[in-house]
Amino acid sequence: MQDDEAALAADIPIAPLDLLVILRHPPHGSSWLREGVDVALVAAAFGQSVGLLFQGDGVFALVEGQCAGPLGQKGTHAQLAMLEMYDIERLWVSANALRARGLMPADLMLPVQLLEAEALERLIHAQPRTLLF
Amino acid sequence: MLSYALLVHAAPYSEQGALSALRFAQAAVAQGHRVSSVFFYRDGVHNASTLMAPPQDEVHLAEGWRALAQEYGTELLVCIAAGLRRGLMNAEEGLRHGREAHNLEPPFVLTGLGQLVDAMQANDRVITFAP
Repeated sequence: MQDDEAALAADIPIAPLDLLVILRHPPHGSSWLREGVDVALVAAAFGQSVGLLFQGDGVFALVEGQCAGPLGQKGTHAQLAMLEMYDIERLWVSANALRARGLMPADLMLPVQLLEAEALERLIHAQPRTLLF
Repeated sequence: MLSYALLVHAAPYSEQGALSALRFAQAAVAQGHRVSSVFFYRDGVHNASTLMAPPQDEVHLAEGWRALAQEYGTELLVCIAAGLRRGLMNAEEGLRHGREAHNLEPPFVLTGLGQLVDAMQANDRVITFAP
């Protein structure tokens, strides 16, 4: 099923957005992910079209059932739950990153589109403005 | 001639990113390009500290940024949320938060992430300098 979804994603033409934010850090342990999502939310609030790409350990941000934990950090699950309210609906996930961490789409808190390496490359090339967190 | 906006995530001196950003800006203006704004975010906000006092035989990053603003009109924008969290505030914020001191002065300006979004739209290129 995972392969079918990825194949589907590869066929979808990816139109340029105003901003693509790439998230590569896990939701706890540093503020990278949180401050990256902040930029996406502000850009969307300013009326920009924004997409999020979760790569590497960034996919952990989407895992269902997180909470603020013993690290004394808020985490990002609450921010991610607000994405739809800000009309940020284009959420892409690296299929390789998900597989490498033993995760399935069903483990994630939001509906996302899986991208295989080739589709992911096309997405990034299609975007004129990208910020990396 | 291109117009650039720089996004600096890197703390001064801890990593190469901040010095690379300053050098890039100096090289760009020397070649006739425009660096219209530098946005300091994450640990990059510490580049704006008035109290920065590196040894005399080292590059003074904050002074380098100030010179860029004075000579070329580059806007030096500091994210207010990232700055306050990390203990960086101007006189007005110092007063508002009941502090007896402040460590951010013009030409550095405390501002919101909306200014970063504006800078991305208004310039030909945006370049990120991470740690």
